[in-house]
Amino acid sequence: MNFPLLLEPMVGKPWMYVIFALIGFAFGFVLEMSGFGNSKKLAAQFYFKDLTVLKVMFGAIITAMVLLFTMVGLGVLDFSQVWVNPTYVWPGIVGGLIMGVGFIIGGFCPGTSLVAAATAKLDGVFFVLGVLFGIFMFGETVPFFEEWWNSSYLGRLTIPEWLGLSYGVVVLGIVLMALFMFWGGEQLERIIGKKDLRKEPRLRYAAAATLVAGAIGVIMIGQPTTEDKWALVAPVKEVALDNREVQIHPGELLKIMADDQLRVVISDVRPEQEYNLFHISGARNVPLDTLGNAIPEMHARQALNTIFVVVSDNEAAATDAWKTLTAESVPNTYILEGGINNWIATFGKEDPAIQPVPASFAASESASYATEQLNYTFPAALGDRYLASAPNPHEWELEYLPKVKLEMKRDKSGGGCG
Amino acid sequence: MSVSAPPSLSPQAPDVQRRTVRDFFLARPVRPYIHPYLGAILLGLVLFLAFFITGNGLGASGGLNRIIVFFQDLISPAHVDRNAYLLKMAGGDKNPLDDWVVPMVFGTLAGGFVSGWIFGRVKVETNKGPNISVRSRWLWAFVGGAIMGYGARMARGCTSGQALSGGATLSVGSWAFMFAVFGGAYAVAWFVRRLWN
Repeated sequence: MNFPLLLEPMVGKPWMYVIFALIGFAFGFVLEMSGFGNSKKLAAQFYFKDLTVLKVMFGAIITAMVLLFTMVGLGVLDFSQVWVNPTYVWPGIVGGLIMGVGFIIGGFCPGTSLVAAATAKLDGVFFVLGVLFGIFMFGETVPFFEEWWNSSYLGRLTIPEWLGLSYGVVVLGIVLMALFMFWGGEQLERIIGKKDLRKEPRLRYAAAATLVAGAIGVIMIGQPTTEDKWALVAPVKEVALDNREVQIHPGELLKIMADDQLRVVISDVRPEQEYNLFHISGARNVPLDTLGNAIPEMHARQALNTIFVVVSDNEAAATDAWKTLTAESVPNTYILEGGINNWIATFGKEDPAIQPVPASFAASESASYATEQLNYTFPAALGDRYLASAPNPHEWELEYLPKVKLEMKRDKSGGGCG
Repeated sequence: MSVSAPPSLSPQAPDVQRRTVRDFFLARPVRPYIHPYLGAILLGLVLFLAFFITGNGLGASGGLNRIIVFFQDLISPAHVDRNAYLLKMAGGDKNPLDDWVVPMVFGTLAGGFVSGWIFGRVKVETNKGPNISVRSRWLWAFVGGAIMGYGARMARGCTSGQALSGGATLSVGSWAFMFAVFGGAYAVAWFVRRLWN
């Protein structure tokens, strides 16, 4: 699981941008070679004469998709680190309709107009100027409808998640749909564009068969489960666990919670009734068996300064949660050392309402990190209304070994055109 | 059109040599476009490699957006600071050009030019339908571009950043977007047929 590469820490920013420029170069080169610098060829798509646009676009999508999910299935590519355009249903559809109108009037889309302008097509130059003007106008007018523009947000949602199907089945379905569209497109070219299909290369059948075989391959390999992903990273991460590099002292958690420059997301993985008895102020209750559902949201809200902390009574359940999050590539994840018991032992000693369970019932200090059991009793389920839920960071001067290190995240800004 | 002879290095014909060297740069023989399915496979490989290596797909309009905002920030930073959308790209000491999609845009321009040059298609011309003048084609190209630019930002991406990239990663929104683009274009194609036919 080494891809995608963490380019910035690996090669530095200038070289990272060189790599992006080279990808752009290849992109422009292929667009030009395919005839996308020619507005007549692009517009012919919409009069059913020449369906190059359909063939190149959907052909590229299915080629990339089959390769991508093969690599994900083989465990080489980490899909959680691949940018998936977030879904904003209505802004996407209305923006798409507007773009379609611009496409047929202007004869290009932004990427192809760059290629046209670069090859001295004057209509391409005027189109690029128009795009720049349109973008400028959008920036100036979006404040008037910003609320709508941010509405119908579904986050990082893929078709397989949406339909509840496996990735392989959806990949095969889309490949078959695209091949059917190509067949239909060729018939239209024959009937309306008067094209002689017998001159088309026979190799295209082999290409189609390869894509179908690849899609079936994606189904056969399957997508890696959390356990598979953990197995891949376990050799390194088990060491971090054993060396106690990721278990942070309650004092350090209190300190980072109070730090304005950091965003701390505390996931309390205990059962709901224990969470209701007592929890740290600001912690969300995510019982261990529902943790999987919370992961997409954690990926969506990734920012450089976000730290995820998992909490249980002691450490066993939190360690399981940490393994799941680490396997799913949630960055900057830590475990509260000694869990809630240790938190109360640190901050709740003076609270008369919280009483330790008699020693005979409580797990012994040394074994306590491995078992999950609250060592305290509470007069009522007050949640975070105990004093120890929100200790004043200025009143506590604690000795501990700081462990939180912010991991450099990849550049996953807005993606593509976004 | 030009002479399509290969560059001759024969010492007996300096005239021919001078002409062909000049032609090598400025008058290359025009070659046909590649087959659409071959283009599709090559573009698919580029798209896959972009995701595989960087985790990001392709993009174009986002880069143009950042170039615009760069100049807006240069002229009136206070105006940028009052607009949440612009602020995200250029707020504080952020440089709007400091983003991967900007070098990608310049790479796309360079790649398009080099391919056009190699295959003899760099030529000052205006592609248009037979029934409109060159000037009205320019006007409509600008108008269409403006509509396209506006829609692309509303949809948070254009054909490259939404349709290609989001299509390959199976984003629900990108597939809805893609059908909307084709729908929008087919819906008005008949009304603007004089532009192209």
